[in-house]
Amino acid sequence: LRVEIRRSTVIAAPIDDLWAILRDFNSHALWHPAVAASAVEAGEAADQVGAVRSFRLKNGSRIREQLLFLSDLKRSFGYCILEAPVPLRDYVAIVRLRPVTAENSCFWDWRASFNPPDAERDRLTGFVRENIIEAGFAGMREFLRSGRAVDMRPAMLVPAARAGAEGVEIVLTRYGGPEVLQARVARIKEPGGVEARIRQTAVGVNFIDVYCRRGSFDLVAPGGVLGMEAAGVVESVGADVTNIRPGDRVAYACAPPGAYASMRTMRADFLVRLPEALSEVDAAGLLLKGMTAGFLLHEVAQARTGSTVLVHAAAGGVGQILCRWAKALGAIVIGTTSSEAKAQAARSVGCDAVLVFGDEDLATTVRRLTSGRGVDIVYDAVGRDTFEQSVACLAPRGHLVSFGQASGDVGAHSIDRLANRSATLSRPNYVHYTDTPDKIRAQSDRLFKALESGAVVAARPRTFSLAQAAQAHAELEGRRTTGSLVLIP
Amino acid sequence: VDVAKVYSSAVIPAAATAVWSVVRDFNALPNWTPFVADSRIEQNRPSDQIGCVRNFRLKDGGRIRERLLALSDYEMSFEYSILESPMGVENYVATFRLIPVTDLDHTFAEWTAEFDAAPEREDGLVQSIGQNVFAVGLGALKARFAR
Repeated sequence: LRVEIRRSTVIAAPIDDLWAILRDFNSHALWHPAVAASAVEAGEAADQVGAVRSFRLKNGSRIREQLLFLSDLKRSFGYCILEAPVPLRDYVAIVRLRPVTAENSCFWDWRASFNPPDAERDRLTGFVRENIIEAGFAGMREFLRSGRAVDMRPAMLVPAARAGAEGVEIVLTRYGGPEVLQARVARIKEPGGVEARIRQTAVGVNFIDVYCRRGSFDLVAPGGVLGMEAAGVVESVGADVTNIRPGDRVAYACAPPGAYASMRTMRADFLVRLPEALSEVDAAGLLLKGMTAGFLLHEVAQARTGSTVLVHAAAGGVGQILCRWAKALGAIVIGTTSSEAKAQAARSVGCDAVLVFGDEDLATTVRRLTSGRGVDIVYDAVGRDTFEQSVACLAPRGHLVSFGQASGDVGAHSIDRLANRSATLSRPNYVHYTDTPDKIRAQSDRLFKALESGAVVAARPRTFSLAQAAQAHAELEGRRTTGSLVLIP
Repeated sequence: VDVAKVYSSAVIPAAATAVWSVVRDFNALPNWTPFVADSRIEQNRPSDQIGCVRNFRLKDGGRIRERLLALSDYEMSFEYSILESPMGVENYVATFRLIPVTDLDHTFAEWTAEFDAAPEREDGLVQSIGQNVFAVGLGALKARFAR
């Protein structure tokens, strides 16, 4: 016998504010107290009917739910459970908002029905009523009270039909933590002579964005927009553009920042046309990291057959590409990761050995693995926590490539220690390898060739909505991610 | 031609069954609204027979005839159309609906209408029906159940 549950409440907020939050099928990770993390699968938009949200509850359960309908007119949506660890069989739920015109508040009606086994009937009915629906009402009240909802409101209130030249962008309000990122509605200007306007469908999240946000790099001033990388479709072009046309699928990975946006107008000669086999979401997860790995392996230092190479953060976005590509070039690759779980990911991209950072003295282990010699190249984007160890791991005439500071700025060190090994130290900056259209073309051609040969594989990125940029940053900085992160406008 | 739409809603501080027992009677407008002077059901039919016609007089003197189109105790809703009125509306259909607010044991009450009217009069009619009829009626229900 089917169980029908119908619960409702009145929320003291204008209906448009509440609907702006609820219509994002992936927003429950922000306001529902039971949900730990959530992502829409396959890079689909959160308002795509048929989209699947895959999420983890705080008790560890994994659930997948599919959006069945969404109506802005009725302010209603329905969804069903595809997979859950408990027998909520044939579970369908419908959420609907109605305005209370007498007091500018909102009536929220939430129904669920399912078909439980008899023995589980009471327990599951109570679970859905209390832990899902009632807890959701309470969580939303708390979310609205906390003020966190205000940040996402303007972003979500833009109806698609009004998009035109109006877009949403994520602004750096001041230097600081992820909370300084806020969404705002902006006019995206018409493309002038050499410019193109792109309707962006996927935006890459990179550590360089975190450095810009913290103020470590001065590429973006407060009030500006972060982001070096995105993919999408050309919407219109200026009169002097010859390399692309409206409708082309393109991507870019270059300064100046400004990619955290639903639309962008920029110089067309920095755009790269995408190979047919590469989706926009995959491209936004690959282009910057892949071109970085490309110049690190070919220009900054040369990884060759027989070279020994140490890659820190081998399960990270750039790390995975570096390892696989270095293997394809014939190098012997040792990876480090911050946890055993990530070590799995590092092994799967071909590392000959994977060390979990912090387990034991890194330099000692690396010397043991290399018959006492050390490694020819260290690729280190961890920074403060690894710099000393990286120097200690080098073989005579070895090369430390310090290309990031995820754990914090490297700080002041004496160059005298490099003399012990006649070591070379490089501190490459992405911008100087990608600041002309010619350099971009060379980098992207090399990457796409490597993609074709299998030396580079476009891993499926983890996706967040554009409005969740702050959450994506928190995940990246918290070392909770493997592979790349992409924001979906 | 655009259809004019009126929407008004309120939260009544009482259980839905209690509110429904007051508003369910299609002949009870004089009991719960402040603007109806008297009402009768034509042909002496029961007030919950679909198709019955209520014939009522407003306190300002106007006479209105409305036909009951639907009534559902399960949904706690009813629909009706205007047959005759001094307002100058065509194809007027209204719906009155109650939904329980389960966490407080209160009631969400919603009153909507759609109609056609001369374009230059439409905004005024939407305003006056929404404010002077629906909002006033819902306000009276709220006051009646205020504790």
